[in-house]
Amino acid sequence: MTTGIRSHRPPSVRSRLANLALPAFTGLLFIFLFAPIVVMIVFSFNDPGGRQNITWQGFTLRNYVDLWGRSVITNAMTVSLAVAAISTVVATAFGTMIGLALTRYDFRGRWVMNLLLFIPMTAPEIILGAALLTLWVSLGMERGFLTILAAHVMFNISFVVVTVRARLAGMSQSLEEAGMDLYADGWTTFWKVTFPIIFPGILSAMLLAFALSIDDYVITVFSSGRTVTFPLWVYSASRFGIPPEVNVLGTLILLLALVFIVVQVWSQRTAGRSTDSAAPVTIALR
Amino acid sequence: MLPGGGWLVVFFALPMALMLLVSLQTGTFDTGYQLTWNFGIYPEVIGQYWELYLRSAIFALTTTGLTLAIGYPVAYTIAFRAGRFKNALLLLVVLPFFVSFVIRTLNWRMILSDNGLIFGTLKDFGLLPPEYHFLATPAAVILGLTYNFLPFMILPLYVALEKIDRRLIEAATDLYASRAQAFWRVTFVLSLPGLVAGSLLTFIPTVGDFITAEVIGSGNPQVFMVGNIIQRKFLDSLDYPAAAALAFVLVAAVMGLVALYTRLVGSDRLTG
Repeated sequence: MTTGIRSHRPPSVRSRLANLALPAFTGLLFIFLFAPIVVMIVFSFNDPGGRQNITWQGFTLRNYVDLWGRSVITNAMTVSLAVAAISTVVATAFGTMIGLALTRYDFRGRWVMNLLLFIPMTAPEIILGAALLTLWVSLGMERGFLTILAAHVMFNISFVVVTVRARLAGMSQSLEEAGMDLYADGWTTFWKVTFPIIFPGILSAMLLAFALSIDDYVITVFSSGRTVTFPLWVYSASRFGIPPEVNVLGTLILLLALVFIVVQVWSQRTAGRSTDSAAPVTIALR
Repeated sequence: MLPGGGWLVVFFALPMALMLLVSLQTGTFDTGYQLTWNFGIYPEVIGQYWELYLRSAIFALTTTGLTLAIGYPVAYTIAFRAGRFKNALLLLVVLPFFVSFVIRTLNWRMILSDNGLIFGTLKDFGLLPPEYHFLATPAAVILGLTYNFLPFMILPLYVALEKIDRRLIEAATDLYASRAQAFWRVTFVLSLPGLVAGSLLTFIPTVGDFITAEVIGSGNPQVFMVGNIIQRKFLDSLDYPAAAALAFVLVAAVMGLVALYTRLVGSDRLTG
């Protein structure tokens, strides 16, 4: 076909076009990715006459002000924040213990533990939700705040373990041994040596757990009964068209996420090391 | 580790076992359900709902294919061409996904609605007949699924592409491989672990999703996926045995497909 030294010829028109094609394609993707986000932000400022929020009627800031007076919304937000906060703390404590045990000790039944952690993370969410519903029904348990909480702790544990383990994997065990050699007991060694080292991992795990919990719809709907969390409220309020409040809250969440990313990037810069840059990425995945 | 493990046993393993038992019960919600080891429920629900399983599989496979076709060039561009903007672009890819899943999907419903931004405008210009309908079609649901699960494909692909040793590609071109040859024989092969992980991470949640089909499908049963029926049977018609059986068939089907897939591509590729 050709005579060989190809890579040293000046680029042909075709390859120059190919060079442009990739960035152009990526640009188009960003339009696709941000289309619903732009619509959401724009329509959060819409001033719809009635309940429908489908066509542009005029600019207003009222949606942002009125929001805080609507008890349905503030109640749902309170429930979501409470569930997220408590399930984060509980799941982080449990998950960190499991993570430590799995990396530090060799014990029989390891594979059972690994399976218990792996399946909830990979199974379709509807399966976990449905299985929990059969538990509540079989026990004759009234569904509400506590059942939601139990469910959220359950699905958060696996993600905490994965995050904490990643941090532990990079930690040398000789530091703990040094602590022990210097007559620290197990407890002291944990709090003075292990904990400070794995703390960044625990922090990312907590952020991840919080974000997963506050946005969960699928598993929650099977455990909620009459209790309404924020995603459940959004869904039920938007049966026919999206009320502006939904877009207002979406926009505020986006702002919060932006602030959080900026702070994280900034704190990593000042700390001078590249730790878990994957954390915000993993959070957004669910 | 005991409390955490115990929690997973009580709120994950036990419910799964219970769901299996519930699927074998007979009765009605009002008179109560009794365990009668009714294995006949399985052929019954499969016979009745096989179309939904098939549709879910087709939707999820199409979605996985589309996310791959869209995600690969983008992951490649970010990994190889973005230079110092790499991390910024990556964050930009995931930024929309910080907004609640439900809110994103609802806004797609609005964009795609009959008189919405795209189709309303096209109709105003007379480019489409006024009765044209896109929302609640299979294509609309697949578009929504592709959007919602795109980062699950892009991120593993990016990770795989990013860690490829650039010298290997240089070596290939030094040895007179054309750019296309270098790509297919070196870059692409080395990115396979990311491709396999990405397809699994996309396929599994997609096949069980019901929100996208519910919202963008606007309640049209013609585009329902199996998740929609499971959810309805559990929460609306309270037909627990059939719902549990449907859920178990879904689990079995997903595990079977995943096992087949990992076998086909070889499990060594999974670990990379």
